[in-house]
Amino acid sequence: MRSVGAAPNRAPAGRAARVQAYRSDPAPSRMKYRLERLMLTPLFRFTLRFGLPFLIGVGGASWYFSVDSNREAFVGAVMSVRDQIESRPEFRVDLMAIDGASEGVAADVREILSLDFPLSSFDLDLDEMRGIVTGLDAVKSASLRIKQGGVLEVSIVERVPVVLWRGVRGLELLDETGVLVGPAGKRAEHADLPIVAGTGAETAIPEALELFAAAAPLEGKLRGLERIGARRWDVVLDGGQRILLPEKGAVQALERAMAMDGAVDMLSRDIAAVDLRLAQRPTLRLNHDAAQEYWRIKSFETGEKR
Amino acid sequence: MFELYESQRAMRNMRKAAMQRGVVAVLDVGSSKIACLVLRFDGTERGADSGVGSLAGQAGFRVIGAATTRSRGVRFGEIAAMSETERAIRTAVQAAQKMAGIRVDHVIACFSGAEPRSYGLDGKVSIDGAMVTEQDVARVLSACDVPDVGHGREVLHAQPVNFALDHRSGLSDPRGQIGRELTCDMHMLTVNAQAIQNLAHCVKRCDLELAGIASSAYVSGVAALVEDEQELGAACIDMGGGATGVSIFMKKHMIYGDTVPMGGDHVTGDISMGLQIPMAMAERIKTFYGGVHATGMDDREMIEISGDTGDWHHDRRQVSRAELIGIMRPRVEEILEEVRACLDAAGFEHLPSQQIVLTGAASQIPGLDGLASRILGSQVRLGRPMRVHGLPQAVTGPGFASAVGMCLFAAHPQDEWWDFEIPAERYAPRSIMKAMKWFRDNW
Repeated sequence: MRSVGAAPNRAPAGRAARVQAYRSDPAPSRMKYRLERLMLTPLFRFTLRFGLPFLIGVGGASWYFSVDSNREAFVGAVMSVRDQIESRPEFRVDLMAIDGASEGVAADVREILSLDFPLSSFDLDLDEMRGIVTGLDAVKSASLRIKQGGVLEVSIVERVPVVLWRGVRGLELLDETGVLVGPAGKRAEHADLPIVAGTGAETAIPEALELFAAAAPLEGKLRGLERIGARRWDVVLDGGQRILLPEKGAVQALERAMAMDGAVDMLSRDIAAVDLRLAQRPTLRLNHDAAQEYWRIKSFETGEKR
Repeated sequence: MFELYESQRAMRNMRKAAMQRGVVAVLDVGSSKIACLVLRFDGTERGADSGVGSLAGQAGFRVIGAATTRSRGVRFGEIAAMSETERAIRTAVQAAQKMAGIRVDHVIACFSGAEPRSYGLDGKVSIDGAMVTEQDVARVLSACDVPDVGHGREVLHAQPVNFALDHRSGLSDPRGQIGRELTCDMHMLTVNAQAIQNLAHCVKRCDLELAGIASSAYVSGVAALVEDEQELGAACIDMGGGATGVSIFMKKHMIYGDTVPMGGDHVTGDISMGLQIPMAMAERIKTFYGGVHATGMDDREMIEISGDTGDWHHDRRQVSRAELIGIMRPRVEEILEEVRACLDAAGFEHLPSQQIVLTGAASQIPGLDGLASRILGSQVRLGRPMRVHGLPQAVTGPGFASAVGMCLFAAHPQDEWWDFEIPAERYAPRSIMKAMKWFRDNW
């Protein structure tokens, strides 16, 4: 301002001085000042940096998808890309290899999975398929995996039948835990397997196996075990002889009977049943003729008249 | 219209609110520069009741933004052109905000002009042998008889500096003591109301809330005087651009404050007139070559005075440094004589210690302490403001004594009249406030 005042007197200096006088003020304008203060407000800055882009993104996307044709085009594009990837040869499955299964079981597996090769590996739900395969009676466990080269490998551990079960549906095979393995057909086909029968026999297979082990001395005489009242076992021998075993301690009772048999050759006598249900009172039931004979001999001893 | 006295309580509350929020700005509106510091209060040392806290009250806050700008529209420490000053304040505040990275809403301002006048008041009240309560302190403060301060004057500071209970004087806090008669001495500083209104209006136009106003003579004394000087008695002379502030401290209280409306700008003006050069050039050679004691060496040291008038002879002049000193010295002497007159009027020679501390940007003239000791008295030193946390190196010079003093003032203000409760009998009769107060006091 001073220089401007001096300007008329010193004309040559005037311009330079005026330039100096009108040097731009560094002060921000009111709007700029307010804007800068607004930008320094934390909430506003947060809104601007995160809220606004978020809003624009969501708004733009929802506007785009609010049009039907856009939505269809988008879904179509996604699906086509998906198809392209799935149909690549790297993901193709051509055949199924079944390990550890007998022929019949393998055929069953093929039938229930009913896969129509070639397939994409994306279409195979291995967990679900494993559930289906293990649902078969003869399969104990199964593992499925897709091997290199497009092979679906199914590894199966089969159930091993240890017992024949004569139930309402005829002869069936059970494994050592009592799980059904499959129908047995004829008895002669499984001559080596012992036989169990009766209501609830399949629930006590482990005990039955122990009993069969304990009854080894009987060899050919043993016909099988029968579950009585779904709670205890009868050992059925040929000729209709029975050993009635108690609910608890059946194995010990049978061993005892085996010992008695070894000592006095009990079972080869004319006996209908050996009742071991009460451990402190083993009871023998004689056949009708034997009982008559027994009573006759007794009457001789006592001198009773008949 | 901004009524200072009525709004002092509101400004105190606003300052507390700002400290709660943690950010407050201090604004030194000077004649040659406007400085803005942004303080962050980190909550440490809050509620330190016992006199002096750690680091002499400098802990608890940190300077996070500092900016200085050339002052426009301020003359003699008073606002002369509103819009220009407003723009200058905007510049400083914006730059400080930018450095701090945070928005500031509350500002505490100081200025040096507006003809401050000091008054010593005393009041006396009888308390009948009871314990002195806060209410009694309020009563004795309101019992002070206020002199006629004149039309258009406002009370800027009103600080109780001394309490006496019966025969015991020199109590800083009489609460809880027992006596019969409580007397108090109070220092009151009044200034021109228009100057304050202009400043308040400028601050308001910048979208800021005024959370306090201080006299720059007072706050530069707070910053530049060390603790024992404030305790024993000392004068702080803040030589600014347009005005020179004088404040006398005793027992950690300001007991006198005044302003001499002359400063470094007048020295620059003398050089400009004496050497026929523009003010900017005069300012430049003053800061580079200025002094107050001419020696033989200075006769040989020639200063080039360039110019762009186009007149070759005019633009290629040279002056010796002795000539420059010859121009500066009478004006500096005149300023110091005026300061001397102020100190004499205040009765400074009766103080136990007569330390004089020169601060402010104009106190950087080489040799000023020697000249000042010849005029003002033997105990003269140059003072720089205290160091506060986070203060940039650029604003640690003596020119920023009042800005730094404002920081200390913001963090630890002295008790003022309006910090105490209004005594019950001063409420309007039958007012609901009186009833509420009675309930509060009795239950």
